[in-house]
Amino acid sequence: MTTAMKYRNDFLGEVEKNVEEGHWVRMCMQCGVCAGSCPLGNAWAHPPQELFMMIRAGKREEVLSSDSMWMCTSCYNCIVRCPRKLPITHIMHGLANYAHRLGLAPKGQPTRETATLFWNNLIKKGRVNELTFSLALYFKDGFVQGIKNALNMQAVGLGLVKAKRLNPMELLGGHGVKDQAGFKAMIEKARQIEDRKKGFAK
Amino acid sequence: MNAPATPKFAAYVCSGCGIGDKLDVGALEKIAQKEGKMALVKSHDFLCSAAGVQMIRDDIANDGVTHLCIAACSRRAKAEAFSFPEAAVSRANLREGVIWVVAEGADHDEVRQEMAEDYVRMGCAEVKKMKVPAGNVKEASSKRILVVGGGMSGMTAALAAAEAGYEAVLVEKSGALGGFANKLWKRVPFASPYQEAQPVGAAELAAQVSAHAKIKVLLNSTVAETSGAPGRFAVKIAQESGSVSEEVCGAIVQATGFTPYDIAKLPELGGGQPNVVDQAGLEALARAADGGPIKRVDGKEIQSVVFVQCAGQRDATGRHLAYCSGHCCATSVKQATYFKDRNPEIETVVVYQDLRLPGMGEDFYRSAQDKGVVFTKGKASRVTGGDGCQVDFKDLILNEDASIGADLVVLATGQVPNAGVNLDEWDATVTAAESGDEAAKAKKIELQKISVLNLNYRQGPDMPQFKYGFADSHFICFPYETRRTGVYAAGPVRRPMDMLQATEDATGAALKAIQAVENAARGRAAHPRVGDLSYPIVRLEGCTQCKRCTVECPFGAIDEDEKRFPKFNEERCRRCGTCMGACPVRVISFENYSVDTVGSQIKAVNIPDEFEEKPRILILACENDAYPALDMAGIQRLSYSAFVRAIPVRCLGSVNTIWITDALNSGYDGVMMMGCKKGDNYQCHFVRGSEMAFYRMSKIDDTLKQLGLEPERVQTLEVAITDNTLVAKLINDYAEQINQMGLSPMKGFG
Repeated sequence: MTTAMKYRNDFLGEVEKNVEEGHWVRMCMQCGVCAGSCPLGNAWAHPPQELFMMIRAGKREEVLSSDSMWMCTSCYNCIVRCPRKLPITHIMHGLANYAHRLGLAPKGQPTRETATLFWNNLIKKGRVNELTFSLALYFKDGFVQGIKNALNMQAVGLGLVKAKRLNPMELLGGHGVKDQAGFKAMIEKARQIEDRKKGFAK
Repeated sequence: MNAPATPKFAAYVCSGCGIGDKLDVGALEKIAQKEGKMALVKSHDFLCSAAGVQMIRDDIANDGVTHLCIAACSRRAKAEAFSFPEAAVSRANLREGVIWVVAEGADHDEVRQEMAEDYVRMGCAEVKKMKVPAGNVKEASSKRILVVGGGMSGMTAALAAAEAGYEAVLVEKSGALGGFANKLWKRVPFASPYQEAQPVGAAELAAQVSAHAKIKVLLNSTVAETSGAPGRFAVKIAQESGSVSEEVCGAIVQATGFTPYDIAKLPELGGGQPNVVDQAGLEALARAADGGPIKRVDGKEIQSVVFVQCAGQRDATGRHLAYCSGHCCATSVKQATYFKDRNPEIETVVVYQDLRLPGMGEDFYRSAQDKGVVFTKGKASRVTGGDGCQVDFKDLILNEDASIGADLVVLATGQVPNAGVNLDEWDATVTAAESGDEAAKAKKIELQKISVLNLNYRQGPDMPQFKYGFADSHFICFPYETRRTGVYAAGPVRRPMDMLQATEDATGAALKAIQAVENAARGRAAHPRVGDLSYPIVRLEGCTQCKRCTVECPFGAIDEDEKRFPKFNEERCRRCGTCMGACPVRVISFENYSVDTVGSQIKAVNIPDEFEEKPRILILACENDAYPALDMAGIQRLSYSAFVRAIPVRCLGSVNTIWITDALNSGYDGVMMMGCKKGDNYQCHFVRGSEMAFYRMSKIDDTLKQLGLEPERVQTLEVAITDNTLVAKLINDYAEQINQMGLSPMKGFG
C-alpha cells in the first residue's frame, strides 16, 4: 500500500457500506474503554479500539484477516460502556461476517468453523440436528481425531440417550420444519437481501 | 466621619453560646476594667441579639463611646451585627478561639480562663491604638475605562463597560477594530447544537462599538505613557501620525491578545516549506476561497489535508512552547469542516496526541467525525512540504511508524501573549543602564517600544508576567486581578484561550474595572479588602530612604518622589501592609492596623514566670486563610493547646520583625507564623505577601542567635483555608516541641 492511500477514507468507506453497523466506526474517539472492558481482551491481537483505528488507517488486509473480532463472545460489556454509544459487539460480528464472506477470514479459526458447521446443518431442514452437528464437530479435524473425540464423549452420549435427550435415529436424516420449500425460499430471499446490502449481489 | 475629640473606651463581654458556662465572665469584666482600662464595661447574655446590639448603639449615641472591644465570638462571625462604622472596634475571640478549642473538663478550667483573659487584654490593648479610618475621598475621580487592544476581548470589554453606563476609550494599534478575529473565515460554535462553524461576527461587533455613544475609538494608536492610579490615570496616546493626546481614565483593561507561535521556528515540522501553513495561514486560504474550493498558493485545489496538532506546543525540550494553548484542537476541527462541508470527498486527517475540546467542544468534535474527518492519535516527527507533502508520525494507537501524504499540511501552533515587557529583564536592563552601560541604555529604549502600557511606575512599564510570559493574573482565586491595581488583563494575554472564553473574560475584566473606578471615587480599597477606608500613612521625617517599601510592595503602589522618599499612591494600594512589615524604622502604619495595634496586643499577654511551666506561643495568622482555618478548627471542636495566643494579620507580609523580637524578648516561648501557599501556585491574596514573610524570616536566625535562642523558636508555616485539621495538629506538635526544648530563658526580663 502506498503512503498516499493510508489514512484515507477508502477502506473506512468500504466498511461503512458493507459491514453491519459499520457506519459507526468513524465515531470512535479512541478512549480505549472497550479494550479495557473486554473480559477476553487478553486473547485478542487487536482490541476493538485498535481495529477501528486500523480501519481508519486503511489496513484492509490486516483487519479482514485478523482473528480478533472472532474472539467476541457477545457479552455486551463494551456496548454498555462505550461513551460514544458505538454498538461494538455488533460491529465485531459484522466485521467477522464480512471477512468470512470475502474468504479473508483466518482458516481453521474455531469460531468460524463451528459457526459454518452450525449454519450448514441448520439450513438443510430448518432445524439443527444435534447428533450430526456433534459428529461433524468431532470429525472436523480428521477421522482419527474424530474417533478419539467420539470415544471421549461416549459416556455423555449414552447418558443423553438414556435420559431420552438424544435420539440415535436422528442419524438417518432427522426431522425438519414442515414447509421445507417455504423455508428454502425464505433463506434464499434473506440471502439476496443481505448480498444486496453488503455488496455481494451478482 | 467626625470622631469626638475625647475617645471613650468600652468593653462588652458576651456570655452566650456557652461562654458564660465555661468562663468566669465577671473576672473577664474586671480584667477589661482594671488592666484594659476600659471606661465602660458591660456583659450581656446574648450580645449579638437586637437587644445586645441596641445596648452598644445606645452607648455610642448617648454615652460618647468611640472605641469598643467586643469579647464574644471570632471577628469573622456576626460581622454584620457588630458593624459600627462610626467606632473603632476590636474583637476578643472567646468562642472559636477559647471555649471551642480548649479541652473539656475542670482540669483545663484554669488555662481556659487565662486564655480568655489574655484575649480580653489583647482586645482592649488593640482598640486603644486604633483610629476610625477617615477615608480619603477624591474630589475629581474619573470613571472612564480605557481598553487597550481592539480585538474581540477589547471590543467586548469596551462594550460591556459602555452598556453598564461607563464611558470607554478603546485604543487599537492597527487601523481597524477586530484584531485576530479579522483573519478568520469562520469561528467555532458558541451555542447549541455546537455542530457547525459560525460567522465570526467581528465586523458586526466593531460596527456596534464604533457607533456606541459612550465609546471613543482611537485607531492607529498606542499607549505612550501611563501615570497616576485608579480614578486618576493620565494616559498619553501616541497616534501613528506622531501626535500625542492625553486621556484621563479611572481603570484600564489590557486586552492585547496573542501572536501565533512563529512557524519558522519549526523547521522539522516543515515550517517555512511550501504548502505547510499554520492555522492562520489556512484561515487566509479559506478567506481567499470565499466559500469556493480552497486552493493552495500555487493555485491547486486542495484534495487532501493533514492537521498536525500541538506543533511546537507542550514541548518538553524547552525549545518551543511548554504549554497547551487550549483552542487549537477546536480550531483544527473547525478548519477540517471547511473542507468537508464543501466536498465530503476531500481527505482530512487530524493527527493529535490528546484531543481536548473544552466547554461543549466535544459536540463539535463529534459533528466533525460524523462528517468524515479522520482523527488519528499520533505524534508527528517530520513534515515535508512541497507539491506532495508528507507527514511522518508515530501512530500511538497502533504503536507503529506511519506516514500520510497530503496536498497541504496545517500546523496547530500555539498562542504567544502580547504582554509587553518582562519586568525581570527590565530591572536588569535599568540597573545596567544606571551604571552607565551603553548597550543597556539602548536596550531600555527598545523595551519601552514593546511595552504595552508604559506605566511610569517605579516597578517597571508593564504588569508583572507569570509563567510562560502571560500577563499577571491571580489565576487560582481571582483571575482578573493583577498586581497593578485598576489594571485588568483580559483574553489570551493572560492565559491561552479561545474566542468564547476571551469574550467572557473581557466582560469579567470590564466589571472589575467598574468596581475599581467606583472604589477609587469613594477612597476605598479594591479587591481583596474591598471597601477598606484605611490606607498607609507614612511618617516621612523618620524615613531612611531604604526603599524596601517601594521594592516589596506587591502592587507597585509606591513610587519615589524627587527627593527619593516613598510616594504612596493610595488608589493603587490594596491595604495588605507589606510595606508596614518591610519598614525597618516602622514609620508606615494604617489608622486601624499598625505596628502598635499588633505590638500592644503582643505585650498585653500575661507571661507567667518560668516556675509556672506554662509556655506562651504567639500565632500570627493571615486573616484570609490561616485565621479562618483556626476558626474552623474551633467550629469542629478540634482541641489545641491553650498556651497559644492568636493574632490575625492582614497578610503575613505585613508582619514586622519587631513583633517577633518583641515577643521573644518579653518571654514568649515560640512564635508561629501562618500564611498562605507561596511560589508559582501561590494562594496569597496579596500574591507576594507570604513569600516576603518567608524570605524575611529566613534571615531572622542571626537575631535569634543574638538573643541566645534556638532557631526553632520561630516557625513560618503554610496554612490553607481548608487546613482546619492540620492547623490544630501543627499547634499541638509545636507545643510538644516547645515542651521538649524547654521554656524560653528570656522570661522575667521583658
